[in-house]
Amino acid sequence: MSAVSDVIRTRVDAGSGALVGYLPVGFPTFEESVDAAVAIAQSGVDVIELGLPYSDPVMDGPVIQKATQQALARGFRLSHGFEAVRRITEQVQTPVLLMTYWNPVLSYGVERFADDLVSAGGAGLITPDLIPDEGEEWLVASERTGLDRVFLAAPSSSDARLKRAVEVSRGFVYAVSTMGITGARSDVDSAARGLVARLRDAGVENTCVGLGISTAQQVREVLEYADGAIVGSALVTALSTGGVEAVARVAADLATGTSAPA
Amino acid sequence: MALRDETGPYFGDFGGRYVPESLIEALDELSVAWEAAKVDPAFHTELDGLLTNYVGRPSVITEVERFAAHAGGARILLKREDLNHTGSHKINNVLGQALLTKRIGKTRVIAETGAGQHGVATATAAALFGLDCVVYMGEVDTERQALNVARMRLLGAEVIPVTTGSRTLKDAINDAMRDWVTNVESTNYIFGTVAGPHPFPAMVRDLQKIIGEESREQVLALTGRLPDAVAACVGGGSNAMGIFHAFLDDTEVGLYGFEAAGDGVDTPRHAATISRGRPGVLHGARTFLLQDEDGQTVESHSISAGLDYPGVGPEHSWLSSIGRAEYRGVTDAAAMDALRLLSRTEGIIPAIESAHALAGVLELGRELGPDSVILVNLSGRGDKDMETAGRYFDLIDAGAEQA
Repeated sequence: MSAVSDVIRTRVDAGSGALVGYLPVGFPTFEESVDAAVAIAQSGVDVIELGLPYSDPVMDGPVIQKATQQALARGFRLSHGFEAVRRITEQVQTPVLLMTYWNPVLSYGVERFADDLVSAGGAGLITPDLIPDEGEEWLVASERTGLDRVFLAAPSSSDARLKRAVEVSRGFVYAVSTMGITGARSDVDSAARGLVARLRDAGVENTCVGLGISTAQQVREVLEYADGAIVGSALVTALSTGGVEAVARVAADLATGTSAPA
Repeated sequence: MALRDETGPYFGDFGGRYVPESLIEALDELSVAWEAAKVDPAFHTELDGLLTNYVGRPSVITEVERFAAHAGGARILLKREDLNHTGSHKINNVLGQALLTKRIGKTRVIAETGAGQHGVATATAAALFGLDCVVYMGEVDTERQALNVARMRLLGAEVIPVTTGSRTLKDAINDAMRDWVTNVESTNYIFGTVAGPHPFPAMVRDLQKIIGEESREQVLALTGRLPDAVAACVGGGSNAMGIFHAFLDDTEVGLYGFEAAGDGVDTPRHAATISRGRPGVLHGARTFLLQDEDGQTVESHSISAGLDYPGVGPEHSWLSSIGRAEYRGVTDAAAMDALRLLSRTEGIIPAIESAHALAGVLELGRELGPDSVILVNLSGRGDKDMETAGRYFDLIDAGAEQA
């Protein structure tokens, strides 16, 4: 049913897990953001998390804030997001999830947004500031269109809330590795391991861990217990300092962390 | 149901909790602690004691006849929140939330601030209770409210200038939320207005409603009747909700919120959220906000740092949508004229924020006529605004050194 779920399952069944790579649309330019997304897909990223720049990104740390502010300053529009999904999915098979704060979707119209995302070839949405409690409209629209809906789970979430996140999510559940915002960290919190175990108890099929992961070694560690590892700031940093070539190189290196143990 | 009985999370179609999952536990904890505190006599004894002996409540009402002569002769009564300790209504809310911080066992508080009044109040409470305190303030605001930055630092708080986005209140809230997500175990977020995710709109309202409860009694005692209109400035809207709340079910009392219209509501430079915005989600609540057609928040503009905010509390959006309260814009120029007028006719220098309400009332008085009684929330004093006013009215001698 879900291309994202299928990709993750395939990787898990092969003895490892999936690498999910985040990049924002429109950074450093629209064209380069499309090229970069294609390049990381060709370098071993299994699922693309494509970020829509937003004026008030409360879940993002300095690296992603700076990139998305620059994209906005250069005239990013929501229509560019759909166009980017179309351009990427024309070139690679890798499923593309949009990561978006909720107000742009609300403003666009939830049903219309879902329809346009389907038309563009997108797989679904990751919604960092939409909890299932407030997500009724999106649950209906994603049910109708078959889009994936990735909700977040945090170390502080109650068992009941984890259960709800597992029930309503499709594609995967985004396990927040640590209490905090996006950005590279030297050690990914042990809280992630505990959270994934609790998500398993709640019956999760796929869960990917994000926040703070920036090296192949960390990817490998996370995949010991989770179904996927999500990397964002490290890719954005590579893109901003070394362009498409550099981000492809970093993605290929991160992907070595997903090779099945010998 | 009485309008006064609304407790959130939703006010009609507005409110809610549009926040990252990482904050839900903390919001739940606050909600539970607040519901328990509300019905705990010990909490109220402690808070009431502070409000009486530390803040100086009840604040008086002052009739301003010489000012009222410019408002068509309506009777104008000012609720003097400017006389509170720290100089504005913000302290009412902060003391309640600081007590709550102690109850939930946290030792560090963070706050956002625009004009600096909420930051000063939070730094004050942190000093009083021995809490670590960090205040996020947009860089633009640290420049135009430098005096308040100095006050916060003197009180022992760390002030962090926020350099992202529009570098004003909206961005200070973003950074405070990021801090909270990261440090939620040790840290309580003392939110300054009736916006944000539940329980803040209802909790801050409950802590500010004393303004309306006192003044309703005071107006009755002075005039023998309820006022025809109650007026306040609205940024996030805490002083307005505070004075409106006691009157919500008095249908004969008109409620008027005055938003910052900057250069004018028909220009791109204003902060008139309800007058010119549309519903959306910002800072955790569904409410009116200034946004472009893609749902990106539009930067607001006001001479007043405290009203320079593109959102508004969800309860105001609701009161507007059901027609219970009316929201109007007041330009920078009209507010500054009213600031000078009150200073010269009554010897009271209002905060620029509060001057928006005064300017609105000059017009409202002419509409309602000389037999009307209008209660205005004078939410803060103008000391912090002397640099802005000095420049605006060219009051400072060339070459003079300001300490």
